[in-house]
Amino acid sequence: MRRAIWPLLGLCLVLGLTQTSCERSASPEKPAATAVIGGPFHLVDQDGRPFTDKDLKGKPTAIFFGFTFCPEVCPTTLADMTRWLAALGPDGDRVNVVFVSIDPTRDTPSVLKHYLGSFDPRIRGLTGTEAEIARTAREYRIYYKKVPLPGGGYTMDHTAGVFLFDRNGQFAGAIGYGGDPNRGVGPLRQLLGR
Amino acid sequence: MRRTLLLALAGLLVAGAAMAHEYSVGSLKIGHPWSRPTPAGAVAGGGFLTITNTGKEPDRLLSGATTAADRLEIHEMSVTDGIMRMRALPDGLAIAPGQTVKLAPGGYHIMLIGLKKPLAIGDRVPARLKFEKAGEVEVTFLVGAPPADGGGSGMEHH
Repeated sequence: MRRAIWPLLGLCLVLGLTQTSCERSASPEKPAATAVIGGPFHLVDQDGRPFTDKDLKGKPTAIFFGFTFCPEVCPTTLADMTRWLAALGPDGDRVNVVFVSIDPTRDTPSVLKHYLGSFDPRIRGLTGTEAEIARTAREYRIYYKKVPLPGGGYTMDHTAGVFLFDRNGQFAGAIGYGGDPNRGVGPLRQLLGR
Repeated sequence: MRRTLLLALAGLLVAGAAMAHEYSVGSLKIGHPWSRPTPAGAVAGGGFLTITNTGKEPDRLLSGATTAADRLEIHEMSVTDGIMRMRALPDGLAIAPGQTVKLAPGGYHIMLIGLKKPLAIGDRVPARLKFEKAGEVEVTFLVGAPPADGGGSGMEHH
């Protein structure tokens, strides 16, 4: 439980959100207010097809923001999500598992498609213009920042957790990075009502 | 009893040395360089190993190079308050006398940037590491699972 909560608290601190919105999202007696996380977006998937928040409706969602240049957190999280889908079996078709690039300059749809070929084919990879990604990240309270590397190029700092949403798009918790690779299976089953 | 224990310990040491792959340069011992396999099209990979300074002087991992990637850099990764950050260590990584520094997932690591091809299980990635005092050493990163004690990062004192 603690693991699920801390990324959110950290987000609030880092983003400098107003005290009220942080109190709301962490406050158990006001569950409705958790809707502050998530919102409309217009991106494209790894096949270059438009993909919006409406495509998530009706199914529980696990969403992760990262980038393909990332050497550890992103491939590990995608490998974890691949395990979750395998553990869910056919029920895996009834959840949205989504990877959103916060490095759209490098992560074009074709780069995402090639990269995601190493993971469960049900994972949708999303990218878009810098402005669309920035807006989506704001909606999802995702922190990211480009950091130049001394030898050239850059890396990205970013929020490392997986965010969960129920079938109505209501925020349902966060799964922090690391630990038991199967840690997402239980929460996803719960969201499926299994 | 004591003799038996010593023999057993010696046996363990020999077995350990045979299984792990180790390198020595100057007063430094480098243990089991390894990498994770990378997804298709990945341009970056991580390299992990341990460095033990058995000498009396501090040393420093300064840089390195590999034929498998455009660049080899020394980085530190951290996840604090849910935010992943990665930073290059422009001054390298200090290894104090008597200390073992672990480059492992979640902490210090070697970044292979601009991979010529994705790293696959069983690949052997040659690299040259340069230390401030001990000089240069050729090592091989084995691509696959971490060594038995390879989880987590940090420092151990010997």
